[in-house]
Amino acid sequence: MADLSINLAGIKSPNPFWLASAPPTNSGYQVQRAFEAGWGGAVWKTLGEPILNVSSRFAAISFNGQRVMGFNNIELITDRPLEENLKEIYETKKRFPDRAVVASLMVEPKREKWHEIVKRVEDVGVDGLELNFGCPHGMAERGMGSASGQVPELVERQTYWVKEVARTPVIVKLTPNITDITATAEAAAQGGADAISLINTINSLMGVDLDTWNTIPHVAGKGAHGGYCGPAVKPIALNMVAECARHPRIRIPISGIGGISNWRDAVEFMLMGATGVQVCTAVMHHGFRIIEDMIEGLNHYLDEKGIASVMDIVGKSVSKYSDWGDLDLNYKVVARIHRERCIQCNKCYISCEDASHQCIERCIDENRKEYLKVREEDCVGCNLCSIVCPVDGAIEMIEVPSEHPPMTWNERQAALGRLSGCSVDIKSL
Amino acid sequence: MEQSRLEKNFEEVEPGLTDREAMEEANRCLYCYDAPCIRACPTGIDIPAFIKKIASGNVKGSAKSIMLSNPVGASCARVCPTEELCEGACVLNHSTKPIMIGKLQRYATDWAIRNKEVLFQAGRKNGKTVAVVGGGPAGLSSARELARLGYEVTIFEAENEAGGLNTYGIVSFRLPQNISLWEVNQIKSLGVQIRTNTRVGKDIEVNELLECYDAVVLAVGMGKVPKLGIPGEDLDGVYDAIELIKETKTKPLTDRLVGKRVVVIGAGNTAIDAATCSVRLGAENVKILYRRTKEEMTAYEFEYEFAKQDGVEFRWLTAPKRIIGDSKGKVTHVECVRMELGETDADGRRRPLPVEGSELIMPVDVVIKAIGQERHIELIEAFGLEHDHGVVKVNPETYQTSNPKVFACGDVIFERGKGEAMVVVAAQQGKEAAYGIHQYLTKAVSETA
Repeated sequence: MADLSINLAGIKSPNPFWLASAPPTNSGYQVQRAFEAGWGGAVWKTLGEPILNVSSRFAAISFNGQRVMGFNNIELITDRPLEENLKEIYETKKRFPDRAVVASLMVEPKREKWHEIVKRVEDVGVDGLELNFGCPHGMAERGMGSASGQVPELVERQTYWVKEVARTPVIVKLTPNITDITATAEAAAQGGADAISLINTINSLMGVDLDTWNTIPHVAGKGAHGGYCGPAVKPIALNMVAECARHPRIRIPISGIGGISNWRDAVEFMLMGATGVQVCTAVMHHGFRIIEDMIEGLNHYLDEKGIASVMDIVGKSVSKYSDWGDLDLNYKVVARIHRERCIQCNKCYISCEDASHQCIERCIDENRKEYLKVREEDCVGCNLCSIVCPVDGAIEMIEVPSEHPPMTWNERQAALGRLSGCSVDIKSL
Repeated sequence: MEQSRLEKNFEEVEPGLTDREAMEEANRCLYCYDAPCIRACPTGIDIPAFIKKIASGNVKGSAKSIMLSNPVGASCARVCPTEELCEGACVLNHSTKPIMIGKLQRYATDWAIRNKEVLFQAGRKNGKTVAVVGGGPAGLSSARELARLGYEVTIFEAENEAGGLNTYGIVSFRLPQNISLWEVNQIKSLGVQIRTNTRVGKDIEVNELLECYDAVVLAVGMGKVPKLGIPGEDLDGVYDAIELIKETKTKPLTDRLVGKRVVVIGAGNTAIDAATCSVRLGAENVKILYRRTKEEMTAYEFEYEFAKQDGVEFRWLTAPKRIIGDSKGKVTHVECVRMELGETDADGRRRPLPVEGSELIMPVDVVIKAIGQERHIELIEAFGLEHDHGVVKVNPETYQTSNPKVFACGDVIFERGKGEAMVVVAAQQGKEAAYGIHQYLTKAVSETA
């Protein structure tokens, strides 16, 4: 059994799986149920001035009949009095002293407001604070949430105010609704944040009802944009985590969030630089019980790889994530179809024919049996055929030895730049 | 047995897919390119396309895709031996499990039936007329295509309703009559006139058709079950399987088989239908007697399984020799003889030969004949068509007979040992005969012009 415990900027938890600040962490009852199930930590549903919510609040998108590929909500921060939440946080922490309880906070962008709330939540024994600069709906219209989180100066200033009084580690939660998330991440670091967490939800409109022409969801026939999350956002979140992780001026730990549904997703985020992960949609869909497989699966994975501690995988893939200009132009793969595994659905053929480079041929052998063959000299190694193939292992992408040594675009341009200064004919190169 | 219980026995056995089941199954389809299931369908339904349309919520379009290729596609969804055709060809047989194509086809066509959709329109009238003799699957299919091509089509149907065996000859618990009648109505909605209760050769002369119409489609199928050729065939309690099934589809169900011991002679799909029909009519014991073995049986595997589930017993290598009755002329016994298989016959099956001295007498109340169907030789000859023992000879591409004006399709051209007499094949032949006629009549126009 590997050691699954993590230490994120001083916040310790027995495993890297936290519940994100969201409906599942709305009350002491829920968080305690989650801890009973095995969750390592929980970021409490955002505290602040109680608000009013609307009905309905959630919507989800199905993909090819599978429910909850993506999910969105127009629910706001906690609608319960601060005192009640603080009492329950205290009780929860007392019952589960080994778990991480982090208070998510959102107040008006005023120094005294931040000071006041930080003191109050720290008094009940939280392990850390998460500043909600990400919520894209409702609160943003009042100058909070992503309205703060989209302006680097506001992020830096408010983080600084919090750090003036905070005694526990401060995590800044970032909104993805910004062109370059590293700008706000860097601002958080500048403001003294101990860690960042990302991503919050993405601005979204889930759909339009084909019969009523109402938005989905709608409130008495009207809709407003909501926050998008769930499995569909994972690639977006993973990129943003990776971009922050490899950024030279963002040298603080990352709590990864965005479509994490199982231990495999968690491993990917951790390899890309997250010290731990936060989960919401998967719990919304299936309940707290999914934690059992997450812990077990992670344990088995680490044991199989011979890794003693989950902290040892953090960031191991970050150096592999680079810019396009650093990719080797002379690296080449081609598709190869394994006839004995092929079931002849011809999906690879038609996708290559219509959408790629027309290099798969339909052939007939001496026994009048049909088969598919890649014309490897014309294959650009795009992967499309292997992506659409429904059978595992029927199409393999095979590395072809290159005649040329590795050379990136950046290296090529640099070389050309050097050559342009002399009189060599570069066209023949 | 109560009437309501009997009626319940004749309700469709297989439930249709729910919306959710259909959606999940439709999404499982890979949407193959140049899919083998299409090639395996005798009518060439674009199966991946109709399944994709279910998944997208375009169920009307799905039903249209199906019915365009197969004018009796709702019936075929229920009676096709799908594991030998589309589902047998599904590429997922090689990886997981094949798509339930038949059930999805039923889902889409059931939707169209429920929503009273009219799926096709007649083409612009071209001024030519075609008579279709016989309103079964082949006749309906040719009529539908001809109407779409602009012909004025009249179907001459001997029965009270069109639809042929789909309407009368396949048991309700597998194919309810309303499914077939919906298909008939689809064809009527293209302006095809159906003259029911009109037997060609009796109610209307063959010559009249040949004189009054530009072309004739002969799609009369086959006739009643032939004589067994053994003593006792006229006793009270001997039935024709097709007649028995027809009765259950046209008249109130009776209790006359309740508690009876039934033997069915033959092991084709109609024999199976007659046997399961008897079980559901309350028979105490139902046996199928077949003079060959399971290997030679022409019933589909799923039919055989279904009969076994219904408690039908099978007696292989057993042939009836004589039906015995009491003084009132009622069946009491059947004398059988054991058979053995000899040399291979002309149709490729081994000839059954009686084993001397192996006679046995079975006490029975009812004997149902299901040994095939007679040919309409008289009618074929009235048309003056070349035929081989009642099998009308046609050009395999155009379905034109020895009379250039007459085209034939369906069971009337079905040769024993040449494939299977499937509804879906009849439907395809109907379409092709229609195209044959179109080619013939448009060529005639261009030649005279």
